[in-house]
Amino acid sequence: MTTIKSLEDLKRAREEALNKKTAKATSGVAQIIVGMGTCGIAAGARDAMKSILDTIESDSLNGVIVSQTGCIGLCEKEPIVQVIIGEEPKVTYGKVTPEIAARIVRDHVAKHTIVQDHVIPM
Amino acid sequence: MRELSLHLLDIAENSIAADARNIQIFVGEDDKSDLLQMSVKDDGRGMDAETVARVIDPFVTSRTTRKVGLGIPLLKEAAELCNGSLTIESQKGAGTQIEVKFQRSHIDRMPLGDLPTTILNLVATNPGIHWVFTYQFNGREFVFDDAPIKETLDGVAMTEPPVLSYLRETLVTGVKETQIGYASKIV
Repeated sequence: MTTIKSLEDLKRAREEALNKKTAKATSGVAQIIVGMGTCGIAAGARDAMKSILDTIESDSLNGVIVSQTGCIGLCEKEPIVQVIIGEEPKVTYGKVTPEIAARIVRDHVAKHTIVQDHVIPM
Repeated sequence: MRELSLHLLDIAENSIAADARNIQIFVGEDDKSDLLQMSVKDDGRGMDAETVARVIDPFVTSRTTRKVGLGIPLLKEAAELCNGSLTIESQKGAGTQIEVKFQRSHIDRMPLGDLPTTILNLVATNPGIHWVFTYQFNGREFVFDDAPIKETLDGVAMTEPPVLSYLRETLVTGVKETQIGYASKIV
């Protein structure tokens, strides 16, 4: 039987996060925004978001800001994921499957290499 | 949308868009009453009666000044096909409560789907909102309130990897144990 985690477990998680943060606070802040309008959700945005969060978790990527937004008027391109690294211009990705979402995190967010084949020209 | 938990996410997005500070999500499944219920209650900006009518049935009412989507009408239709209902209670300036009911055993009822992922996405990516998620299954209950979590985190982001692990495991375990009957615990 598994047991539900306690706030003590959370305190340990917090310490772990703080220790890693000090070790890795070099590159510009990375921000990921996922479109979560009805159009996005119907097209699979929740599972793209899940893949983003799972990849951040499994690859231990610290300091990534993940947020969401509503419909941005490109419903046919949903799920839409936008990435901003530091002062660089925003990159918008379309038709983001969970697999592409994981690539965006591993290549663009972690290594600053844009996943060219899924970029929507804005 | 093929999962009720996707519809739940869609409804909660409306609460976020209405600038809610506190959002309470309830999901209950009960064999005895043969009901599956979901509700989302927020303290956002609320709606007047005319807007509520338009949100429920965008093709009947005449006003065209405000945009409304199809998420709620589609969910209402799905509920009514399963001997259920969708109701909206709202007051301008005070908030909105949406409740949807399904006959749980109805052959056309959508599966609940990945409920923990819906909640995790909402909680982790909207840290400015106070989330309370309650899940009931045949009389057992799991309550996830993110206020003590944020207090413990003391400024550390929800999206830090060890924190994500904690949130994911708490939600997955909480929902699963409520379903299979282990003693539940309030987080």
